[in-house]
Amino acid sequence: MLLIRCPYCEEERPELEFRNAGEAHIARSADIAGDSDDDFEKFFFIRSNPKGIIYERWRHIHGCARFFNAVRDTITDKFVMTYKAGEPKPSKLPNNSNDVVAK
Amino acid sequence: MKKYSVFAIAREAIRSHKGWEEQWSSPEPKKEYDVIIVGAGGHGLATAYYLANVHGITNVAVLEKGWLGGGNTGRNTTIIRSNYLYDESAGIYDHALKLWDGLSQELNYNVMYSPRGVMMLAHNVHDIQVLKRHVHANRLNGIDNEWLTPEQAKAFCPPLNTSKDARYPVVGAALQRRGGTARHDAVAWGYARGASARGVHIIQNCEVTGVKRAPNGAVMGVDTTRGFIGAKKVGVVAAGHSSVIMNMAGVRMPLESYPLQALVSEPVKPVVPCVVMSNTVHAYISQSDKGELVIGAGTDQYVSYSQTGGLHILQHTLDAICEMFPIFTRMKMLRSWGGIVDVTPDRSPILAKTPVPGLYVNCGWGTGGFKATPGSGHVFAHTIARDDPHPINAPFTIERFRTGRLIDEAAAAAVAH
Repeated sequence: MLLIRCPYCEEERPELEFRNAGEAHIARSADIAGDSDDDFEKFFFIRSNPKGIIYERWRHIHGCARFFNAVRDTITDKFVMTYKAGEPKPSKLPNNSNDVVAK
Repeated sequence: MKKYSVFAIAREAIRSHKGWEEQWSSPEPKKEYDVIIVGAGGHGLATAYYLANVHGITNVAVLEKGWLGGGNTGRNTTIIRSNYLYDESAGIYDHALKLWDGLSQELNYNVMYSPRGVMMLAHNVHDIQVLKRHVHANRLNGIDNEWLTPEQAKAFCPPLNTSKDARYPVVGAALQRRGGTARHDAVAWGYARGASARGVHIIQNCEVTGVKRAPNGAVMGVDTTRGFIGAKKVGVVAAGHSSVIMNMAGVRMPLESYPLQALVSEPVKPVVPCVVMSNTVHAYISQSDKGELVIGAGTDQYVSYSQTGGLHILQHTLDAICEMFPIFTRMKMLRSWGGIVDVTPDRSPILAKTPVPGLYVNCGWGTGGFKATPGSGHVFAHTIARDDPHPINAPFTIERFRTGRLIDEAAAAAVAH
């Protein structure tokens, strides 16, 4: 079971309190009905599914119930960091994560 | 290839078993092949076998980064059934089921296909409605599926708890008698032996690191840990890693990879005579010929390539097993493991040509690909050989996620797939 740090509660809590909410930073179009089929497919179905660093959303559903974002390595399942919803995708990951980024 | 038979066993018994030959050869990779298959699991090896056997294309290499059949082929719970809701799914899964029947004879390899019956339990009114809908839809498609009362379910599987005071009482069941199990390793080995005997090169410990494309976009071959290998046609059959390989060719896929776990108990005498599945409490169980109870759990909730998963997922499944079979509460579990399954948004596979000329993909089987192995290989070989899909896999395109023509078994098959 994963231990996940909720950036709102500022605490590491067991995975059972959380619900994964899929890939992060996929922006919903302001005019979704006007999207082309290609754009809608990209938004709705296509996922990066990376082997390595993933940016994903979690929800602390049995805690503060808020959504937040996390950076995790999908090979080791280790979290690099978590950050609040609405914050930009981190351009640089913390130094202690070098070993996972190298992959 | 020397044929296996009772006479061969007698002959080798006299010779102290010194005359058995290797089941498949391990040649050095050539510079170029007609077709490269990425992934030597059941589906990839079956594809190579049918390419050679049905279409006469024998200049084929199957590249495998690990060992043959070491991925999901060797990690699944070996359940075979074809009672899917939609016509497209019924077509492909029943095509596979028909091939299972007679596969041991065709391959001259005992895959231990055992049509012992797959029984899916209903625990509430909704389950009854869903499963009866399946029964009727299946019968319209010529697939056997029948409705059982709780008493009939108990008679078919005596250890099942059908008492009315269970937390989730059994209120009925759907039974596909042609469903059952097969020996997963033997499927991979049998196809490998058959393909190798027809000239297919099976190259293990050879990881694909890149897909090379010509200036016009067409596939030229693959970079591997053992150097570049050329081919005008490349079929990607890499299960959980399919999107990784497809990314190398510049194609983004509607796939996410999740860990799926299974576990087996200590071996006991025959006690579970069939396969029992319950989507509602989420558990499925059968008994191997070695006597181990084979139990399948659900997927973890997050994308991962770690081939392991959370213990609470297994606990959740064992809770359900103990509820359905109180006699197993004191059984010891021997081993658990995980595999990485590639899941599509509609929970149906993709067997298709891709936007890249010469590149084909067979993926997205999610949590239930083993049952389809022969049918999948058969129609995918057709797709590669003719550069045109077989009518059975024609609906399973990548483009369906753009057109919206989904095959939505996600809603139809629920979780146990």
